[in-house]
Amino acid sequence: MRVPISWLKDYVDIVRPVEETAELLTVAGLEVKAIEYIGIPGGRDKERLVWDREKLVIGQILEVSQHPDADRLVLARVEYGGAETETVVTGAPNLFPYVGRGDLSGRNLYSPFALEGAVVYDGHKEGQVKMTLKGRSLRGIYNRCMLCSEKELGLSDEHEGIMILEGDFQPGTPLQEVLGDAVLEIDIIPNIARCASIFGVARELAALTGQQLRPPSYEVVPTGPPIAGKVVIETESPELNPRFVAFLIEGVEQKPSPAWLQRRLKLAGQRPINVVVDISNYVMLEMGQPNHTFDYDFLRRRADRYDPDGPVKIITRLPREGETLTTLDGEKRALQPFNILVTDSAGALSLGGIMGGEESEISPKTTNVLLEAAAWNFINIRRSSHALKINSEAGFRFSRGVHPSQALLGACRAAELLRRYAGGRVAAGLVDYYPLPPEPQPIPFTAAELARIGGIELTPAEIKEMLARLAFTVAEEGDHLLITSPDYRLDIEGSHDIVEELLRLYGYDRIPTAEMADSLPPQRNNPDLEQEERIKDILTGLGLQEIITYRLTSPARENRLLASNSTSDDRPYVTLTNPITVDRVAMRHSLLASALEIVASNGRHQEHIALFEIGQVYLASEAGSLPDELTRLVVVMSGVRRPSHWMDKQPARPYDFFDLKGVMEMLLAALQIGEVHFEAAQNPVFRPGRTARLLAGERALGLVGELHPLVGEAFDIPGEQPVLAAELQLENLLPLIPARHRVESLPHYPAVREDIALVVDQTITAAEVTAAIRRSGGYLLADVTLFDLYEGEQIPAGKKSLAYHLTFQSASKTLTDKEVGKVRQRIVDQLSRQLGAKLR
Amino acid sequence: MLEQLESLYQQLFANLQAAQDTAALEDWYRDALGRKGQVQLLSRQVGQLEPGQRPAFGQRINSVKNELEAAYQKRAALLKRVELEARLAAEQLDVTLSGRRQFHGRLHPASQTLRQIYRIWGDMGFQIYRSRDVETDEYNFELLNIPQHHPARDMWDTFHTTAPGIILRTHTSPGQIHAMKEYFPEPIRVILPGMCYRYEQITARSEIQFHQVEGLAVGKNINMSHLKGTLTDFARRMFGAERKVRFRANYFPFTEPSAEMDVECFLCEGSGCHLCKQTGWLEILGCGMVHPTVLRNGGYDPAVYAGFAFGMGPERIAMLKYGIEDIRYFWSNDLRFLEQF
Repeated sequence: MRVPISWLKDYVDIVRPVEETAELLTVAGLEVKAIEYIGIPGGRDKERLVWDREKLVIGQILEVSQHPDADRLVLARVEYGGAETETVVTGAPNLFPYVGRGDLSGRNLYSPFALEGAVVYDGHKEGQVKMTLKGRSLRGIYNRCMLCSEKELGLSDEHEGIMILEGDFQPGTPLQEVLGDAVLEIDIIPNIARCASIFGVARELAALTGQQLRPPSYEVVPTGPPIAGKVVIETESPELNPRFVAFLIEGVEQKPSPAWLQRRLKLAGQRPINVVVDISNYVMLEMGQPNHTFDYDFLRRRADRYDPDGPVKIITRLPREGETLTTLDGEKRALQPFNILVTDSAGALSLGGIMGGEESEISPKTTNVLLEAAAWNFINIRRSSHALKINSEAGFRFSRGVHPSQALLGACRAAELLRRYAGGRVAAGLVDYYPLPPEPQPIPFTAAELARIGGIELTPAEIKEMLARLAFTVAEEGDHLLITSPDYRLDIEGSHDIVEELLRLYGYDRIPTAEMADSLPPQRNNPDLEQEERIKDILTGLGLQEIITYRLTSPARENRLLASNSTSDDRPYVTLTNPITVDRVAMRHSLLASALEIVASNGRHQEHIALFEIGQVYLASEAGSLPDELTRLVVVMSGVRRPSHWMDKQPARPYDFFDLKGVMEMLLAALQIGEVHFEAAQNPVFRPGRTARLLAGERALGLVGELHPLVGEAFDIPGEQPVLAAELQLENLLPLIPARHRVESLPHYPAVREDIALVVDQTITAAEVTAAIRRSGGYLLADVTLFDLYEGEQIPAGKKSLAYHLTFQSASKTLTDKEVGKVRQRIVDQLSRQLGAKLR
Repeated sequence: MLEQLESLYQQLFANLQAAQDTAALEDWYRDALGRKGQVQLLSRQVGQLEPGQRPAFGQRINSVKNELEAAYQKRAALLKRVELEARLAAEQLDVTLSGRRQFHGRLHPASQTLRQIYRIWGDMGFQIYRSRDVETDEYNFELLNIPQHHPARDMWDTFHTTAPGIILRTHTSPGQIHAMKEYFPEPIRVILPGMCYRYEQITARSEIQFHQVEGLAVGKNINMSHLKGTLTDFARRMFGAERKVRFRANYFPFTEPSAEMDVECFLCEGSGCHLCKQTGWLEILGCGMVHPTVLRNGGYDPAVYAGFAFGMGPERIAMLKYGIEDIRYFWSNDLRFLEQF
């Protein structure tokens, strides 16, 4: 909300500089997001025009005459507080009517006046370009001063004529003092709805600074015949519309508003329209009470169809089935059953508290105005604004709560302004329908409660004094205070709210700081998080980069996996009813799909990709219950195994299946998980024959493999290089991590290494051979490592040769050749028997 | 013969100094001290001497042997050193050539920031409590004192799911209720990290998902002073011991009194710049004393217990700290971005 300082000053003296005032409001909860300075110094923008106090002053136009040599120029004689008057040449069309009218001094014709050397914006250039005023001849007449347009002062883009000021001024007064201003941009958060008005901010500022508050006058001078018998009000749902106040103002004159009013509206960010609309808006901005004006004659004509002798009958009610209303923005609205309406006997007139209807809107021909100010249930207004997607100033305020007491004040204020500035006659009396005035609810409070929650010590007297500044009433009753908030404070519900009020006035900055002295809760670990973090450390240690992807995706995006890669797909998605894009309509089922998108987007500029993510997938359960959120780990690798370097003669080899498997093995080893194994698996996501399932006993932990080329294509992964991918179910993996593990002592006796090459059938897996070696090697065989796999000419068809390093070691002695030979022979014999293996 | 020995000694010593490389040196050794070397040959002639002269000759020839051996060792070390120097000189590199790049695994910047937050709060006795992403409206809003259609709901644009009453959490605050229900009547000090979701257009400034870390302390003796003290400590550890902080009134439905903690801008140190939008302050976290309704909904009697809560966004903190201009960088996972952390 835009709050001009000049307007605030109507209600409270501002004793501090603008920036300090803004800081004070900010700390008290009315956050000033920005300050716009107009003509006066302030702020950090060095480029902005600051009006020179000596050279930009008020000028009074004493006489206007025709330029002797130019039809489109006039001469204006101006009094500006100098020794003599100054004559300037101007082409301003709004001075032409004064040509030849002789002495104008009685007309109080004032304008901003720039003296030679003044810096203003160039009125003839696009945007704001500064220029310094220099003397020059205009068609033979020397001219060194200037009457200014709004554009030249930086007030608006208006450059049609000079700016004419209404009122009574002392010529020579610095312009800064008349038009200089600062506008505070205040963020109105939901609990300060009472401050959604200039007076509301003034009220807060007065309480904060201890200055006297000057409320606007709510007095109405009735000048017309009584309203009685002309209008009646009825509300069908008082809980949705607790109050409805109406005035009748007859004979209004549709004309532009006075300049000061237009100026205030513009400063506050509203466009002036005509005096009736402007006053309605002005009162809303001033007091926070939205109000509405109807064309009374239109209502009368409609009423005549039903009851020509009776009054205009205004009824607020919920809509009939199928009822519609065309609002004044021209939209035909299909109404929801909870949208409260202002209607008459003939039908809907306006959407209560949100927006007027097109038909009953005042027109340029309107002379008799029915002015309405009402109170509405804020929850219902918010619900209706949302349902109908209407953002209006009235809806903004009513949906945050405006107390019914404000309706009467706002109606009075608007009626009186219409009388004063629109030439209307206010009918004597008003219609005020207020069936259920709320009872004030005093809140019991103690200084001890303030200390318990607020951490500050104040005496009851101090509490009383501070709350009085906020217009709270405080009564003492026994050992506690009974506090009643002013009616407009809809946000005050209990003692905690009183604590906040006191702290705000005391100053949040003055609350002492302290360390917590309360006892600590029982200390617990978060084992899942700790293990996840450990896995992240292991994987980054292995050179993989962590990614974090969107958890919202679409089934179509995930279907590019071509098939299920887990058990997820049997379960429905968690689907949004209000997605932001069609691409993100559901919570993901697969981390792999998310990761492959990242591989694709990086593939265009990266030669090497090695990524992992730990995160959730979301599997919906039966309707109405919460989904399962399961934690997964995905690892993807693609591209070169080593960064390329100028010394390399050949490009580095791309990652293959065994790089990924190595990472998985290293991870499992680092987690001390021993009892797992890989077995060949089939899955459409992965390339046939290059896919393994990781198992702990019978329990599947996930898949590890080379991505099927068609899946890579579906994800638009550039290039031909294989993509290696693994997705593991952490909820199955984490329980396998042992709480502790034993460290092997270092050997005292040397190891003996022997190599052995075995020829076996191709159908026998490496895992089978290794297992058989281990079994037959017994306790002296410390390690078995495959170092070569050979298939080819020197080996019979259908066979392969596997070569192993065998490491023998004893914990109790140095092994002899004879002892090692014996074990080696046993291995060879048993493998021959079990697997038909032959020594190569 | 003794003279012959002396002259041989002189001769061999001179020859040794003349040897310029290890090959010549080995030749010299064979010729001088080898089994068939000159010193050996001469020693075999000891029989030709008078027996009385033999001991003196024997002694001298031993000392000649030792001296030559020592001189040889010295010369050998010197030549080896010279040759090493020559080889090293020949093998010098252009050290300005680029090094061999290594692959460096890193944590995502959001994780790095989260860890920093975990560590600081961990040191202050706050433990980590996680709860689900897909929540009920009841836990996300109603139990947090945000009834249906309440205007405070405007503060959170919410993703709704097709299951009625089930939404994507808009903040980690539902964890406050879960933690309170789980821990009552113990005192509580937890932080609640997690991914949150908002129905917003994805732009450089706003995202549909982001991390949040909330904190909650509940006990019988906790007031606004403790909130200020604890959060000021956090800010000093997170942003530097000299950083000023400012608390100002704010509004959250689940806390009352509520506050916003601003930290002095770390780019301009408070004098005003584009980062802090000329205010000198950066909004870092929202906080407040837990609303009595929320305490009650968690099972704690607000007349006996009090507590404070706070919430912050790790991505926002990282953006401010590193001058990241576009929040979309976080989830687009462009390696050129991730590799800068």
